[in-house]
Amino acid sequence: MTPAPSLHLHGSAAFAGTPLFHALALEVPAGRWTCLLGPSGIGKSTILRLFAGLAEGVRFTGRMGADDGAPLAGRVALMAQDDLLLPWLSVAGNVTLGARLRGETPDPARLARVLAQVGLDTLAARHPAALSGGQRQRAALARTLMEDRAVVLLDEPFSALDARTRARMQELTAASLAGRTVLLVTHDPGEAARLGHRILVMTETGLHDLPPPPGPVPRPAGDPQTLTLQARLLDILRTDDTCAPPIC
Amino acid sequence: MSGARMALVSALLGLALWQGAVWVTGLPRFILPGPLLVAETMWTSRALLAEHAVVTLAEVLIGLVLGTVLGALSAIGLAASGLARQMLRPLLVFSQAIPVFALAPILTLWFGYGLGSKIVMALIIIYFPVTSSFLDALLRPNRDWVGLARVMGASPARIMWHIRIPAALPGLASGVRLAAVYAPIGAIIGEWVGASRGLGYLMLLANGRAKTDLMFAALIVLAVLTVILHAVVGRAARRVLERY
Repeated sequence: MTPAPSLHLHGSAAFAGTPLFHALALEVPAGRWTCLLGPSGIGKSTILRLFAGLAEGVRFTGRMGADDGAPLAGRVALMAQDDLLLPWLSVAGNVTLGARLRGETPDPARLARVLAQVGLDTLAARHPAALSGGQRQRAALARTLMEDRAVVLLDEPFSALDARTRARMQELTAASLAGRTVLLVTHDPGEAARLGHRILVMTETGLHDLPPPPGPVPRPAGDPQTLTLQARLLDILRTDDTCAPPIC
Repeated sequence: MSGARMALVSALLGLALWQGAVWVTGLPRFILPGPLLVAETMWTSRALLAEHAVVTLAEVLIGLVLGTVLGALSAIGLAASGLARQMLRPLLVFSQAIPVFALAPILTLWFGYGLGSKIVMALIIIYFPVTSSFLDALLRPNRDWVGLARVMGASPARIMWHIRIPAALPGLASGVRLAAVYAPIGAIIGEWVGASRGLGYLMLLANGRAKTDLMFAALIVLAVLTVILHAVVGRAARRVLERY
């Protein structure tokens, strides 16, 4: 893996003439987890797609990219709410998809290591249809890890999972992606409070930076400061229509 | 009652009605032969029927394979190039406005009285459904899969090979299932226009000699062959697609 860069996005975006966000100033620190919260339709996913180079039809004016000046292409991995596993491939086939898509030969030793890391080593030959929701998302995580990219963009990857599986996946993902620059888009204040080194709430009035609780991520779900932040985030999300103090 | 048993019962019912109509109307056997007579002819002329059925089956199978391969390659080419699609798609649709029957004499002229003209006929008749259903599926890829592949650094050609083509196989399968029913029609039309062998030729010959029982026998053999072909292709398609 190349050294994890910090990212920036300063500017405005519109889709088919409709503004998505205006004069946004987003900084994503290197090697840390940045959680981006906000109501639906505010443009969070557009930010991820802009970093991924997939924002077709979006007109972005401003500057964005990695702070080290090198292009982001080839240094980004993407993991979405939908696991995007190809139904005709086995778990192993899905996890090594990136290598085959680039015309490279997948490294079997690395595959075995990554599958063991996410606990799917005994299910490598299974097809996605024969996996549970949690197993499928672990396969998607394995595919992301196999890519070994310095920047990882997560678009609500745990939102379709049940509470227990979600908590386990959050811990596994936090441990597996340590040291990478991670930008997590989420609707879940609890998830942001547990996982974020930096926590940003995106509203109609712009980005609001909330100091995270102390301690390494993932923070214990029952930690009082984490719970307090979670409650505060929820309050902000609920009352933002008028954008009440203290966050404005 | 199982599906197979129901089919058997309805077939027996159909045969009974047929025989009943023969008895009631008293039509001569060269107008409407009864099922018993047709069955008897099928048995006594089994060698003749088999000889001609093999020819028709060969035409159908070769036409089906070639039509599927050509149709699939065309669909991939059209899916890969927007320019090719703009130029050739209207032509493809226009070609469907030409009745296949009208082409048969020309094809016989060009490819002769042998297998060639019938294979081309079967190929032409199945080319459009195969191309069309595969192309439609190729043009509707899961955008998120394609996006993921692009983030992974895939070229358009590799996205086509690893994502779009496998994802569109259900479309190809439905095209081939249709083709399995259409291909015998193409072969028979070709045989009617000009042939010295095949079930279509045998039917014309029997008709001309007022051997209506033999014509019915050839028709039944053709229908059974088509049903078997459709079932085999359908089963093969299901096996390919069981992961989807």
